[in-house]
Amino acid sequence: MVLLLQQILNGIMLGSVYSLVALGLTLIYGILHIPNFAHGHKYMLAAFTSFFLVTNYHTNYWVALVIAMAVLGLVGMGVERWVYRPLRNAPHINSFIAAIGLLLMIESIALILFGADFRRFPPLYDRPIQLFGLSVTLQRLLVILAAALLIFLLQLFLKRTWLGATIEAVAQSPEGAQFVGISIDRVSSLTFGLGTALAAAAATLITPIFLVYPTMGSGPNLKAFVVIIIGGMGSIPGAVIGGLMLGLIESLGGGFISTDYKDIFAFGALVTFLTFRPMGLFGKGAR
Amino acid sequence: MSAILKAGGLSRFFGGLAAVMDLDFEVNAGEILSLIGPNGAGKTTVFNLITGTLLPTRGRLQFFEKEITGLRPHDTAALGIARTFQTTSLFPDETVLDTLIVGFRCRTRMGLWDALLKSGRARGEEEKSRRKALETLSFIGLAERASELARNIPQEAQKRLAVGLALVTEPKLLLLDEPMGGLTEEENAGMIRLIRKIRGQGISILLIEHKMKVVMKISDRIVVLNYGRKIAQGTPTEVSQNSEVIEAYLGAGYAE
Amino acid sequence: MKSGRTSWLVAGLIALALIFPQFVTNKYYLNILIMSGIWSIVASSLNLVLGYTGQVNLAHGAFFGIGAYASALMMLKLHLNFWLALPLAAALAGFFGFLIGLPALRTRGSYFAIGTLCFNIIVTLIIDRWEGLTEGARGLMGIPGPAPIPIPWIGPIAFKTLTAQYYLVLGFLFLTLFAMKRILNSLVGRTFRAIRGNEELAEAVGIPAMRVKLLSFTTSCFFAGIGGVLYASYIGFLSPELTDYHVSFDSLVYIMIGGVGTMAGPIIGTLLFVTIPETLHVAAEYRLFVYGLILILMIIYLPRGIVGGIGSLMGKKTKGVP
Repeated sequence: MVLLLQQILNGIMLGSVYSLVALGLTLIYGILHIPNFAHGHKYMLAAFTSFFLVTNYHTNYWVALVIAMAVLGLVGMGVERWVYRPLRNAPHINSFIAAIGLLLMIESIALILFGADFRRFPPLYDRPIQLFGLSVTLQRLLVILAAALLIFLLQLFLKRTWLGATIEAVAQSPEGAQFVGISIDRVSSLTFGLGTALAAAAATLITPIFLVYPTMGSGPNLKAFVVIIIGGMGSIPGAVIGGLMLGLIESLGGGFISTDYKDIFAFGALVTFLTFRPMGLFGKGAR
Repeated sequence: MSAILKAGGLSRFFGGLAAVMDLDFEVNAGEILSLIGPNGAGKTTVFNLITGTLLPTRGRLQFFEKEITGLRPHDTAALGIARTFQTTSLFPDETVLDTLIVGFRCRTRMGLWDALLKSGRARGEEEKSRRKALETLSFIGLAERASELARNIPQEAQKRLAVGLALVTEPKLLLLDEPMGGLTEEENAGMIRLIRKIRGQGISILLIEHKMKVVMKISDRIVVLNYGRKIAQGTPTEVSQNSEVIEAYLGAGYAE
Repeated sequence: MKSGRTSWLVAGLIALALIFPQFVTNKYYLNILIMSGIWSIVASSLNLVLGYTGQVNLAHGAFFGIGAYASALMMLKLHLNFWLALPLAAALAGFFGFLIGLPALRTRGSYFAIGTLCFNIIVTLIIDRWEGLTEGARGLMGIPGPAPIPIPWIGPIAFKTLTAQYYLVLGFLFLTLFAMKRILNSLVGRTFRAIRGNEELAEAVGIPAMRVKLLSFTTSCFFAGIGGVLYASYIGFLSPELTDYHVSFDSLVYIMIGGVGTMAGPIIGTLLFVTIPETLHVAAEYRLFVYGLILILMIIYLPRGIVGGIGSLMGKKTKGVP
């Protein structure tokens, strides 16, 4: 019983991270209608950024989080401007291929600059605390809480601010939005920056628990795609619920059935959804 | 005259909205039947239901006494129902001739092995496809444009090519969706001649068209739809005197 | 039809390829060319699905791997002759292609790409974890090369020397290209193009899109499997990373740079990307960086690849065949 609750908690934690990464991805998909395949690698860059800020420059963890979000936000905007915007009117497969090129470039830059070694974050919130009879490290709880806060803030931003409204407008109808004078360029740029910043947050939150290394991005990248397919590409509630579902599936499947094959559950779930319900739980129509 | 296509109680809902409601009609062998009605009356939806692009929510469709409800477009095409689209739909990178050659594919039987071994059947069918394509090209009057890219030819020629593509599948029933959209008076006349020529080949035609003068001139019978329901049917004279029809159009009748 | 000039060029290149080992006996270069040949087969087969039916299939590595592992296991554990294992393993790869295609091909575009990618991951995972069958991460070793073919009067043709293996791979490359050309030039090939061009219209003229896409996908996987078998026999050693989706990505890069939807494109792309880094002895990370950069630049400024670009210059239609 305790084990079950432990696994559930782990699942929620994992799920929160997946949700954040997937949220960024789904926001970007909603506007640009291309799956940003290099998303996971920006996640990795964020992890390294916070890692160096905290270890080499002794920055406060939370400050590092904000800085990482800002830096990666800018990176995201740059990528949109120079890689994806020129391809906006080309067939979608071209953007997909550009994303692969980007992925290769970012991974190689990380390898060149940082080397292939695994780094470990210095322990910050490692003290285990007792919660309902379970023992968890504070860090894990913080992940869940911080993720929830960010999601809440994102919802506020999208629903209550003018900028957020323009993003939703462009997502629903680019022509209509242009008609009322919204600049697609600026909205794309902003959305890309925002989506990447979310991934950066996810990375900074989770890396004290796991390790930091240049290829760490591909796992969350793929999982994020699984999430948005399950949840529905372009759907925000889908990303959150899909993320939590995936986290739970992995945690419970891995814990109770087999750790060796735990990744298969995630991908098996994806294949199942693709076969029977390609638009996902909340999707807005298959592409 | 016997009916080759029968629609019984045909309905299609999109959520709560009825695009087509309880539609009964027939197309007789060798006739030109026009489907008219104000915008949004459900005419293209009827086409989509017949070809199988959309599945009916209720009702049945029969083609030559055979049940075709629920069949997919490639199946209905194989059975002999061909169509054009309201917005001219062509293959973007093919030449005019290649467009028609691939249109005849459904009447050929060669498979992967035939291709690999370049069997007699493969060679024979390729030759036959080419011949058939050239014949159809002459029939629609585009023979001189055979090696031009389909997307580069003028709009009127594109419309004729789309009709030719439907024709090369050797249909028994041809569904034409606004074949005269955007054509001039003179081009209209050309299209009318073509449609009559097609009927002369024994092919029945179901036509959606907004230009009333054309409809009156060319149709054997007319079915009038409004808000997805049939409100009148009969010869052009009968229909043009029907008060409900006049009301539905509010005088837009002979505008063309 | 190919212009007279192109036919002479092709004939010349084929002749060059045939006599090459008579002049260049350097093992290093022969090895590079053999590997290029194998990867060209893999890339060309992916081009069938990508360039002609228009689907981004990212599971290609899995089918390459299935062909490789299946043939290796058949030769090692069932003691089958290479010449029997080859068609069987390729057929198995094709069969799995069919099974995967059934659900996957109901999706389009990005969904299809991601779905196939995940399938590739699943296959790699299974090969890695199922140690009983595949020896897992330890890898399969001692895979025999092709058995000698006895020919009456002349004696057996053995494949021990590097030169002999070069001709073997070259032979299969020609076979693959020949088969593809036959398919693409036929009515079957025309339906591939029709589906890529306008799937809804293709259906409207009686082409069963799903069936045709399955056919193209299965065929593509069959040839990927052949590439895998050749790899396994040539290198003699297999490990699960070989079946990874980076094979799919690599093939994609080769095709896009060389020219998607052309016969020569995948070969040119493969040659460039296999030979140049090797001869420059550049570290892996820098290579990766250059791949990525070139890929981005090419896709933005020269999306039809090298062959496509040259074709445009000469005013030729480069997608598809006559």
